[in-house]
Amino acid sequence: MTGTATTVLELRDVSKSFGPVIALRSGSLAVEAGSIHALVGENGAGKSTLVKVVAGVHRRDSGDFLLGGERVDFGSTSESKAAGVAVIYQEPTLFPDLSVTENIFMGRQLLGSGRRIDRAAMYAEAEALFERLGVDLDPRRPARGLSIADQQIIEIAKAISLDARLLIMDEPTAALSGVEVERLFAVARSLRDEGRALVFISHRFDEVFALCDTITVMRDGAYVATHLTEDTSSPAIVAEMVGREVADLFPKTPAQIGEPVLEVDGLQARGVFHDVSFTVHRGEIVGLAGLVGAGRSEIARAVFGVDGYDAGSVRMNGREIARRKPRAAIEAGMAFVPEDRRAQGLVTEASVARNVASVIRGGLARAGLITTGAENRAAGPWAGRLEVKTNALDMSARTMSGGNQQKVVIAKWLATEPDLLIIDEPTRGIDVGTKAEVHRLLSELAGQGMAILMISSELPEVLGMADRVLVVCEGRITADLPREDATPEAVMHAATRQLEVTG
Amino acid sequence: MTPHTDVRHADGTEASTSEVLLVEPSALSPARRITTTVLRSRELSIFLVLIAVTVVATLKNDSFLFSSDGWRNFLVNPSLLLLLAVGQAVVIITRNVDLSVGSIMALTAYLTGRLFIDQPGLPVVAVFALCILAGGVLGLVNGLLVAYFNVPALVITLGTLYIYRGIVLSWAGSDRINAGDLPSGFLALGNKAILTIPVLTIIALAVLAVVGYYLYTARGGREFYAIGSDPDAAVLYGLDVRRRVLAAFVLSGALAGLVGVLYTARYGTVSSGVGSGIELQAVAAVVIGGVAIFGGSGTVWGAAIGAFLLVTINRALPSLGIEDFWQRAVVGALILGAIVLDRVLANRQATKLAEAREMTA
Amino acid sequence: MTTPRTYSEFSRPLWMRLLLTRETAVIALTAAVVVYSLATVPNFDGPLTLKFLLQDIAPILLIALPMTLIIITGEIDLSVASIVGLSSVMLGVLHDNGLSVPVAALIALLVGAACGALNGFLVAYVGLPSLAVTIGTLALFRGIAVGLLGTKAVTEFTESWTDLATATLGSTNIPVVMVPFVVLALGFSLLLHFSTFGRGIYDIGLNDEAAHFTGVDVARTKWILFVLSGVVSAFAGIYYTLRFGSARGDNATGMELQVIAAVLLGGVSIFGGRGRLHGVIAGVVLIGVIASALRLERVTVNVTNIIIGLLLIASVISTPLLSWVATRLPRKAPPSEEPTPPKQATPAGV
Repeated sequence: MTGTATTVLELRDVSKSFGPVIALRSGSLAVEAGSIHALVGENGAGKSTLVKVVAGVHRRDSGDFLLGGERVDFGSTSESKAAGVAVIYQEPTLFPDLSVTENIFMGRQLLGSGRRIDRAAMYAEAEALFERLGVDLDPRRPARGLSIADQQIIEIAKAISLDARLLIMDEPTAALSGVEVERLFAVARSLRDEGRALVFISHRFDEVFALCDTITVMRDGAYVATHLTEDTSSPAIVAEMVGREVADLFPKTPAQIGEPVLEVDGLQARGVFHDVSFTVHRGEIVGLAGLVGAGRSEIARAVFGVDGYDAGSVRMNGREIARRKPRAAIEAGMAFVPEDRRAQGLVTEASVARNVASVIRGGLARAGLITTGAENRAAGPWAGRLEVKTNALDMSARTMSGGNQQKVVIAKWLATEPDLLIIDEPTRGIDVGTKAEVHRLLSELAGQGMAILMISSELPEVLGMADRVLVVCEGRITADLPREDATPEAVMHAATRQLEVTG
Repeated sequence: MTPHTDVRHADGTEASTSEVLLVEPSALSPARRITTTVLRSRELSIFLVLIAVTVVATLKNDSFLFSSDGWRNFLVNPSLLLLLAVGQAVVIITRNVDLSVGSIMALTAYLTGRLFIDQPGLPVVAVFALCILAGGVLGLVNGLLVAYFNVPALVITLGTLYIYRGIVLSWAGSDRINAGDLPSGFLALGNKAILTIPVLTIIALAVLAVVGYYLYTARGGREFYAIGSDPDAAVLYGLDVRRRVLAAFVLSGALAGLVGVLYTARYGTVSSGVGSGIELQAVAAVVIGGVAIFGGSGTVWGAAIGAFLLVTINRALPSLGIEDFWQRAVVGALILGAIVLDRVLANRQATKLAEAREMTA
Repeated sequence: MTTPRTYSEFSRPLWMRLLLTRETAVIALTAAVVVYSLATVPNFDGPLTLKFLLQDIAPILLIALPMTLIIITGEIDLSVASIVGLSSVMLGVLHDNGLSVPVAALIALLVGAACGALNGFLVAYVGLPSLAVTIGTLALFRGIAVGLLGTKAVTEFTESWTDLATATLGSTNIPVVMVPFVVLALGFSLLLHFSTFGRGIYDIGLNDEAAHFTGVDVARTKWILFVLSGVVSAFAGIYYTLRFGSARGDNATGMELQVIAAVLLGGVSIFGGRGRLHGVIAGVVLIGVIASALRLERVTVNVTNIIIGLLLIASVISTPLLSWVATRLPRKAPPSEEPTPPKQATPAGV
């Protein structure tokens, strides 16, 4: 890769440490104008630190940083913005109380006569931006209540209005449905055609290969290689990311399917899901597939009792359990690993032992009292079985990687020795190595007789792991496919069927 | 953009004006849009309540309003709380709170008296300036601690409430400033009226107008809202959060300083206990006025009407047949009512927004 | 199958875990101030100093117990002083109308519980912010108290009860009220540090959504804490009234700020999720000792105010400073989490 006159971003041997932790060892990247450049790597590879250096959140310790051929050194995000760098994070942060237009122009509102904000001009310009992006949003509406896809569009509109020459998108498609992903790609391509440079960070290789023309791989905080997309393939990239051959990602071992454990009958929550009925048997892995927003997590949360439902029943081992009470579900033998690790799955500030023992602590109490020692004695073995990486049980989960945190969550629930494990997005945001460990674990658990209900937006994962696939579309179950019949086409067809009919 | 007039739900039913206002405001004509916004505003509701209370109290006892004292008290007494509420509103909009205003006010009230006593030739304008400056400096201390140490304002201003009150107690001791110590010109200010509107009220309304205008039309003003709406996003946007938060506290302190002078002008006597507890009244006025306690929304106009309403209700209680010993209970009920109402409205708005994701124009 | 990993229980040696805490800092400061006062303040070691000190801080000590738990869950209760006032008025009015002190006190406790239940309902079940709610109930409860009694005061109480409130244990100078305090302190300690309910409190403070997912009944926990706060505040009000022999609507005005100041001084984080009771008790004692010493030195009350304010600010500023210091202390580095790749030749190059 040689720097040409159209190289927008160039990083060479950039390093960044935080105290004893080396977050970035040697990062390099060269992005051309008019290109969509993918940046891939496992969690902990240093991608987000690299992005933060470019964005001005951190100052690099060493290495070259050039923007448009000039040396730069950003001490703040406003400096990078002024230089034409825009970053769109996975979860856009907007000001919910303010209008969409004010969100775009905050801090740089258009001024009219007498240094007063010229709202009419701002609304007009916002409308022009939206038209250019091909979206239909009202410039006056508040940002509150917008879907994540729409929020990202606002972020992109902001970037364009700043005339950003470099746009970095960090896992933008994680929470988007198929249609929204397509819209985002169309926008990205039009930005590229305008001559801007885009960096696309993603774990989803199908998207990387569909959208990007160049791929840079990072591993262990350092640059590994750059390829033109057309010259390489998914397995080759994965191998570079992991540094070793990754064998079968989905080690599915056959298990004996027994009697029903979970029976859901006619479950309904107005406006969210209707007439949901299914069964999960001992030793069975049932996958819940569907588009983002179809209602899968909502169904799972209602079954577990975190959310309520209006009609229907949930039975565990034949006994009906009360709605809206997680405690009741837990006592009936249910476990739930939620979608959002940091916000729902863990108390990140608390210690590993405290987290792992948190559901079983009632059982640990003697005469109503519980001690840290008892928690440690109970939690230690479970954390160990899952190979949680930590020095001591009183370390907090805050600094752990996604994969390690997920192990803590799973350990916490396995400690309850449940009959049914509901797991929502088991491997989201986890490095490839830990991913395989989790899949192997799930397979083992099923083999030992646990019933597993798995929600996943990664089709290969669902198809690889599940004995049966239930497809959810707009709150209804539109297909119940046994493993042999569960092809990508069949699943996608059932996931979008409703739309086809009314379309 | 040509206004669509036909906005519908996913099932074909027409959307109500308020729903359209929420999700597709541009689909309404400007006149319709503004009228609906005003009609549905919190500010209008509490203004109507204020009118209602005033009317009822006057009907029972027409000297409530229609006597020289009544009219003056109606307008002047709330003006002091109004000024405090304006400053408090700006602070709360940034997702902070300022509990030290009562102590600041006591300090400058006493300072006013001392200045007149110890520096006889000092012009009134200088006294005003010094007190506003003093208040601003005290507010600056709050602002620096909150903005630079990233500590909750509740704790910091609780601490400065103690410290500033301690200072005025030490300084004043059991000393009192009496009307006799103050120049008559200054005292007259407290009672003078221009075209039947008391000077104090004019000052309060002028400040309200300036601050309200700034919050609506200036970039800096909008940033206060942004900071309160999502502090993390504000940092990511590159907004100078520290400077704005500092400014909010300086404003709150300066206004409290001003209120100290005006208090002395109005009442003529100052003891070291002045303003005790008024900070919670200011917060109450702001909450009643529709400013969310977590910031990001609401207006100083609402806070001002809230202040007016609080003070007027207190005055009106005897006319309504309720002993004024119950006044604090009424205040408490109002506050609780306001926040419950806010929650109910917010829930309904959230539901409408969720449904709106399926609306088509 | 490989043997599972084992772990050490603690990442730091015992002495560090015990000594390098906020609570230790406060306790040390308190001890230092006590020693200094004993040495330099005239009459500090006198017979009545301890008695008056403890009697003065008793209400704050009591209320600080449930307040600590409430703040750890991330909420706050500003209405405690108003509940003290209301229970004082209830005691006075009921006793004035013929009820005996114990019966009137019992009813006052129930009223306190009802106040707490209202707070708890609005915060835990309606979901309103506790700062705003308790500012409202602060006014409401105080308003009812003042409304019931006006400017009057009830000063006639059965002598045996007022004597009890000012009595000391045997020949010591420890006031009788310390007995219920110690019992409550032990109870709250066991509740917070050694029960599943208490673990739930910390979880709620750190991440209430995750707590909900693990089966903790967040709403019920918070509601119970507010009720406890109401009952203990009412008890403090009964003590306060009997000690001074006077029930007035404006009793204990402003006490909520003293309680909160002491709790924060004691190392509890206003953000929730952190803090321990022994630190809080030290915080209350610290403020009490400073006030007492200054009073004996004939320094005015105002200086106490200033010192409390400064201490409060110092205690919250010191947290960011302390964590900055902690990151610089030597600690075992966490193990690298990257999967160690087998030593290979050069990675696939371009």
